[in-house]
Amino acid sequence: MMGLCILSAVLVLAPLVLIFSYTLNQGLGSINIDFFIHMPKPVGEDGGGMANAIVGTLIMVGIGAAIGLPIGILAGIYLAEFGNNPFATSVRFLTDVLSGIPSIVVGVVTYVLIVLPMKHFSAMAGGVSLAILMIPTVTRTTEEMIRLVPHSLREASLALGISNWKTTLRIILPTATAGITTGILLAVARAAGETAPLLFTALGNRFWSTSLNEPMASLTVFIYDYARAPFDDWNRQAWAAAFVLISLVFVVNLLFRYFTRTRYESR
Amino acid sequence: MDIQQIPKQQRTDLVEKMAVKNLNAFFGKTQALINVNLSIPTQKVLAIIGPSGCGKSTFLRSLNRMHEVAGGTMTGTILLDGEDVYKSDPVVLRRRVGMVFQKANPFPTMSIFDNVAAGLRLNGVRDKHILEQVVEASLTKAALWDEVKDSLNKSGMSLSGGQQQRLCIARTLAIDPEVVLMDEPASALDPISTAKIEELIYELKKRYTIAIVTHNMQQAARVSDYTAFFYVGQLIEVDETKTMFTAPRQKKTEEYITGRFG
Repeated sequence: MMGLCILSAVLVLAPLVLIFSYTLNQGLGSINIDFFIHMPKPVGEDGGGMANAIVGTLIMVGIGAAIGLPIGILAGIYLAEFGNNPFATSVRFLTDVLSGIPSIVVGVVTYVLIVLPMKHFSAMAGGVSLAILMIPTVTRTTEEMIRLVPHSLREASLALGISNWKTTLRIILPTATAGITTGILLAVARAAGETAPLLFTALGNRFWSTSLNEPMASLTVFIYDYARAPFDDWNRQAWAAAFVLISLVFVVNLLFRYFTRTRYESR
Repeated sequence: MDIQQIPKQQRTDLVEKMAVKNLNAFFGKTQALINVNLSIPTQKVLAIIGPSGCGKSTFLRSLNRMHEVAGGTMTGTILLDGEDVYKSDPVVLRRRVGMVFQKANPFPTMSIFDNVAAGLRLNGVRDKHILEQVVEASLTKAALWDEVKDSLNKSGMSLSGGQQQRLCIARTLAIDPEVVLMDEPASALDPISTAKIEELIYELKKRYTIAIVTHNMQQAARVSDYTAFFYVGQLIEVDETKTMFTAPRQKKTEEYITGRFG
């Protein structure tokens, strides 16, 4: 029995270790400073980078966050503060459903809703699809973290003659901030790693573009294109991009652990 | 228990800070208080004693409308300086009637200074000088100033249990209430901290009207001027503490005080 458990634990670690070591191995060789500041070069030419893809991911995740975070946090506050009625129960249920919808479906729907009327692919559409993917995580985490704040703090604040709304904004929310931040970081990390929705909305771009109304490159689509290509050189670049993306997620996870540690100390 | 048997206050020359008339308190269908009539004399300490579940905390919380927060309802009248407290904004009421809870609950994300200043700041006071003066005065009144004056920027949670409770008392005093309600303020503390809090109450009553719920009868005897005994939601007896503990009128009171139950 014990052996089975240990074996399972090893099996859990195995994919992570494999992914990391493979990407490191294949990608590290191709990483140099060029990668981060240069644009992709035509096939056959040496060098070139993915500067536009990196910036593209940052911009679209940024748009997604700008739309998704306020909606998610405010919805989370609503559910935590006023969430004992049938409407709130259905919101909670539908949020859980939304978090389970495959990201490609979100992409296709965003295509129909935004790309078709606009008549072209755009970074804006990409950002919106990412926002839709972020909202459920942020909403549920915000609600959970606010509910975790002890009721005694609300009582202490009300007993000082502070109004209910001010209590929520100035006492409860700041106390829940560390926890809410972890929800935000998780949502951002997920959004940064999405490919399918971006294929239908932002499409991808070989050239430098920061315009929100035009197709935009992203790390994930870059990996998709370059890994499928028949060129060795491009494949190596795809590995490098994969390595950069994984490092990004890893760093976000480290930040996540840092914030949760701080939260325990202050209790 | 016949309500007519509940005696009136002995001293009629005392000014009544708060008056409770025919108070019935409910949580849903459960009745927690049955027809309570009691007055809380100005600048004296009223101790509220009784066995667990007798309604003493519910009674205390109805005085600053905190039991509403837990979903309770009531009928009857509660007056503060002659005005019905249920006819005005509870937020305003709570600035006049402050509360200290059983378990110290300083705001964890705030420093000691910010904790004490919270009541003022969040009610719109911005002047740094005023805040500094009030914080120092409140911490002094709560007998905590000397211990924390050099570490006002430290987190409120870095203090010991007894200190945290005194911090909460300072926080309540900072908003300059007229009445301070204390719900078993020392029950979670060690004897030395408890003694400090009791000394504090003795000093505070010179300026504030105090009502303290306590399950510790010796504490009630030490600290209060008047004592009210509650049992199963009813006020059984209220009298000067001296009389209450030496010659109580009701049999139930005597049984409780001598430790035959509760």
